[in-house]
Amino acid sequence: MADELILVEKSRIMDSARMKRALSRLASEIVEENQGAKDLYLVGIRRRGVPLAERIADRIEVLEGMRPFYGIIDITLYRDDLSTVGANPIVNRTELEEDISGKVVVLIDDVLYTGRTIRAALDQLMDFGRPKKVQLAVLIDRGREHRELPIQADFIGKIVPTKASEIVKVMLQEYDDVEAVGIFEKPAE
Amino acid sequence: MNKPFRRRDLLGIRNLSAEEIIGILDTAENFREINSREIKKVPTLRGKTVINLFFEASTRTRTSFELAAKRLSADAVNISVSSSSLSKGETLIDTALTLDAMSPDCIVVRHSSAGVPHQLAKFSKAAVINAGDGANEHPTQALLDAMTIREHKKMIKGLQVAIIGDILHSRVARSNIHLLTKLGATVRVSGPRTLVPNDFQHFVEKNLLVATNIEKAIEGADVVMILRIQKERQDSAFFPTLREYAIHYGLTQERLNLAKPNAIVLHPGPMNRGIEIASDVADSSRSLILDQVKYGVAVRMAVLYLATGGMPIGE
Repeated sequence: MADELILVEKSRIMDSARMKRALSRLASEIVEENQGAKDLYLVGIRRRGVPLAERIADRIEVLEGMRPFYGIIDITLYRDDLSTVGANPIVNRTELEEDISGKVVVLIDDVLYTGRTIRAALDQLMDFGRPKKVQLAVLIDRGREHRELPIQADFIGKIVPTKASEIVKVMLQEYDDVEAVGIFEKPAE
Repeated sequence: MNKPFRRRDLLGIRNLSAEEIIGILDTAENFREINSREIKKVPTLRGKTVINLFFEASTRTRTSFELAAKRLSADAVNISVSSSSLSKGETLIDTALTLDAMSPDCIVVRHSSAGVPHQLAKFSKAAVINAGDGANEHPTQALLDAMTIREHKKMIKGLQVAIIGDILHSRVARSNIHLLTKLGATVRVSGPRTLVPNDFQHFVEKNLLVATNIEKAIEGADVVMILRIQKERQDSAFFPTLREYAIHYGLTQERLNLAKPNAIVLHPGPMNRGIEIASDVADSSRSLILDQVKYGVAVRMAVLYLATGGMPIGE
C-alpha cells in the first residue's frame, strides 16, 4: 500500500494551530454561504474526511447553536479503477442515517487532487436521494491543473500547488498521532 | 486491519486461514448496509458476468447469489440442471469450456458430487465459487452462519457450538466445523450413530468432539446449529422413521433449555418443522433463521466482490 512506502517530507504546510484556524474558517464560510445550519448535512469521505467533518460540525454547532446533520461515505464500491488496482480494496461502511433529500449536502475531504474521489462520492450520494444542493469543502486543494474531471471545491482550507510526483498528506490525531499537513516525495533512487 | 482475501476461487473453508475468513466476514459486515438502502444497488461489478450453475435444486442459495450479483450491478445468469446440456449428456469439462467461451467473470456452482467446483476451477478462467458440492463443503453457508454468530456473540473464539443431525452427509457441517475451529470455537457434533461417524473428531486437528447423545452436545452450548434431515435419504435406513428421529434428536424447547440461557439457534433451511426442530423453537426469539438468510446476501456480495477483484494465488 502507498501509505507504507518510505516517503520523505519536503515541507510542512500546516501545523496543528494552522489546521484549527483553517477548519474554523471553513465552518464560518459554510454557514455564511448557506445562511445558517438549517438543512445542512455534512458528509465526510472516508478516511480522513470523516474526522474533518466532525470537527467542522463541532464548530458550526458553536457558531449557530445547532448541530448540522452528519454522515459518512465510503466510496470504494463506486471507484472507477477497480479493474486496475489489483486485489480489491477493503470496503468500509457508508452511514447516512438521516435522509439527504432536500438537504444542502457539504462533502468534506482532506485533499482535492484529480476529482475522481468526489465523482464517486457524488454518484453514491445520488443513490441515496436528491439533495437540494451539493457543495464541496476540502482542507487542501492541490490545484486545478491536476483535475481529471470538471470538479472544483466551494470551500478551501489552503491551495497548495504541487507536482504530480509529490504526495500531500493530511495527518490527523485519529490516524497519525500528529496534526499537520506535509508535502512528501519518494526518495531519489 | 483485515487482510485482503487473496484467493480468487472460493472452493471451501478448509484452505482458508483465520485471517482470510475474518477478512471476508469484515467485508460482508460492510456490505450489509447496502441491503437496507432504498436503492439497493452499487455500481461495483458493472459489466461483470456471474453465472449461477446449479446442478442441484436450490432456492435460497441461488436466489441469494443472484440478488448479491445484481445488487453489485453484475449481470447474473442462472443455469439449472433441468435446462442444461448436462441432462443432454455433455461432460462437465465441456460445460466448463462452453461457459468459458462466453467469458464470464465468475461461476457459482452447486453439484451433488464433491470436487466439481475444484475441477471446474481447473478448466475455467473465471473465478469459481462453491455453492455446495456433495457432502464436502458449502463455504458461503458457513460464512453467513459465522456472521450471524458474531452479530449476537461478538466473538467466535471460545464459544461452544453444538451441531446436531446428519453429520455424515452434511456439507454445511463440514464447512462450519472448519470455520468455527479455525476461529477458536469448540464444536460438538451429535446425531443418530449411523449419521455421525465414530472417528469424526479426527476430521480437524482440534476442538471437535463427538457427543454420544444430543443432550450432552447441547448442554452449556452458546450456539445450537440444527441440520436439515434429508427426507430423501429416509429410504436408506439411517434411522427408522421421521417420527422416531423427532423424538430422539429433534430440538425441543426442553432440550434447548440445557444450553446457555442466551444460546442462539441456527438452521440452514429449508427446515422440517416438527422433525429436526420443534415449531415453537423455530419461531422463538432465539431462533435466528431469518437473520441467516438476510446475512447470506451480504456474505455473497462480499465473496463476489473479493473473487472478481482478487488475484489468483501465485501471481
